[in-house]
Amino acid sequence: MESFNNVTSIVTPLDKVNVDTDQMVPKQFLKLVQKSGFGKYLFFNWRYDENGNKKPDFVLNNSKYEHSKILVAGDNFGCGSSREHAVWALLDYGFSIIIAPSFADIFLSNCFKNGILPITFDEKTVERLQQESGAIEVNLETQSIKTSSEQILFEIDSYKKKILLEGLDDIDQTFQYEKKISEFEKESKVPSVL
Amino acid sequence: MGKTLFEKIWESHIVVEKQNRPSLIYIDRHLVHEVTSPQAFDGLRMNNRRVRRPDLTIATMDHNVPTNDRSLPILDQTSSVQIQTLEKNCKDFGIKLFDIASPNQGIVHVIGPELGITLPGATIVCGDSHTSTHGAFGALALGIGTSDVEHVLASQTMWLEKPTPFEIRIEGKRKNPDAVTAKDIVLSIIKNIGTGGGTGTVIEYRGEGITDLSMEQRMTICNMSIEAGARAGLVAPDEKTFDYLRDRQYTPKNYETMVDSWRDDLKTDNDAKFEKQFTLHIDDIAPQVSWGTNPGMTCDVTETIPSPDEFSKGDPNQKKGAEKALDYMDLEPGIAIEDIKIDRVFIGSCTNARLEDLIAASKVIKGQKISSAVNAMVVPGSQRVKKQAEEMGLDKIFIDAHFEWREAGCSMCLGMNPDILSPGERCASTSNRNFEGRQGTGGRTHLVSPVMAAAAAIKGHFVDVRKMDLN
Repeated sequence: MESFNNVTSIVTPLDKVNVDTDQMVPKQFLKLVQKSGFGKYLFFNWRYDENGNKKPDFVLNNSKYEHSKILVAGDNFGCGSSREHAVWALLDYGFSIIIAPSFADIFLSNCFKNGILPITFDEKTVERLQQESGAIEVNLETQSIKTSSEQILFEIDSYKKKILLEGLDDIDQTFQYEKKISEFEKESKVPSVL
Repeated sequence: MGKTLFEKIWESHIVVEKQNRPSLIYIDRHLVHEVTSPQAFDGLRMNNRRVRRPDLTIATMDHNVPTNDRSLPILDQTSSVQIQTLEKNCKDFGIKLFDIASPNQGIVHVIGPELGITLPGATIVCGDSHTSTHGAFGALALGIGTSDVEHVLASQTMWLEKPTPFEIRIEGKRKNPDAVTAKDIVLSIIKNIGTGGGTGTVIEYRGEGITDLSMEQRMTICNMSIEAGARAGLVAPDEKTFDYLRDRQYTPKNYETMVDSWRDDLKTDNDAKFEKQFTLHIDDIAPQVSWGTNPGMTCDVTETIPSPDEFSKGDPNQKKGAEKALDYMDLEPGIAIEDIKIDRVFIGSCTNARLEDLIAASKVIKGQKISSAVNAMVVPGSQRVKKQAEEMGLDKIFIDAHFEWREAGCSMCLGMNPDILSPGERCASTSNRNFEGRQGTGGRTHLVSPVMAAAAAIKGHFVDVRKMDLN
């Protein structure tokens, strides 16, 4: 995983609650066996009509947000299916930060595994950020966001922060505990399947 | 202070515990399928890693497999590649696979319990959010993403923040248990607590409303825990649980010894504390029908479509969501649910495609024909379910009523195979998600129980199944 860098970008406001991962990557694109190239399918049915033309009223089709790296969305973002393809699509499209009042659990975990920083704020702060027209600056090291008018601090678990900042491989970290895993297995009473 | 069942399972699986940090949890059973695993196996190969415990790992193909004639080649090239990739990965890494020709093939959450792979007190993961199904057996069963699939393959563990325990009590007795089902109970719960109501929690379902249910019905309820946002849902195991798992193909040899310890250990202490609590009284609940684009947008079959104002109870974001949902569903507030006409019926999925579901639906349609305006299909949850149903003659009842009778798989629950809705088609579905486009781009899904789906197939519109003869 690549290490996380500070981001300065305008925000893409996605003014919807309960955005599920089926919307982020519809089922027909889950058949691919690699992790790359999912960006073109992000929010596919919201971005394109049945003839493949861009729907002009969808925020991602507004050229103003073309190079935005920060998505600001409503409550319970990422609910539904565990498909990590949703996170691969967000990342491949160019988003590295998602801000919302709350996230679904599996989606949240998938974000950290892929170097996306999810930030949780209360609804009022999220609404303010959605209306921010200029670039905002997100600094993970200092856990702060700087907008044209204010500086806001955000919370993040210190271990997850370290993983993101250093781009650490989760499995390598776990292998440091190999001895403990083996000891656990010796004591385990749960038999093999076969 | 006492402990909840969830806390007991959690504590007995901690490999590494850190203050205020995720803990490293040991995984007893890992179920793998074709859609969320290819990138995980690729990751292992790139890093020269092996599968730590192939003997605790089982694979099947369910999400994208065709459900029509299995002797024909798979026409969809990308599906075919995904299936071949799973075959190769299982061969290369030494994992037992129930492939498309296996009599044990089926939806991963149907075959786990029916083969005795699912066990009480165990930790079970799968790269699929409906893994919560296995919680019906008193297991801690979690849906995970592909990175965690890779992590579990490599280490048989995963890092997890400890969820908080959430007690949902289901109290009372249904007056008409044939017509008001487990599906209606769980939809009622989600309608009340919302699609994010369980976020960060593990739900334990308690009370006579859950202990009265069969194992298959408990699975329906635990299955949809994720639709309330919960990390998992579980039910304390009892004699019904132990009887269900006895003498299955992969039931452990020392099963009775295990049962003895489960009887003592796997229950919530009387003085345990839940962080959150909700009670549903089921004496008077009605069959449920979803009207919107998430499972919380649900009402009684006897009701009319609510206005966005009524639904949102003053929350402007929820109101906007409801307006958008009604627009997508092409419905107006005030329309009676029973007046909604349907084009398709899907009886299937990990929520409602087990034998009891098919028996219940067959009782509704026996001797009748479905409406000429409706296309209907039954997709059994597994090849074993299909075989048992055929031995009982259920296939004949469905076929005589003009249902299609299919091979096992996830099918039109998520439309990854050729079974999909066309744009604008409206479906009464026994599945778990009514998200936009879930069953096919532009398709409109109404979530219902198997008996409600069967009744709608006959009438061509939703109907209160309590009014029908179910004997």
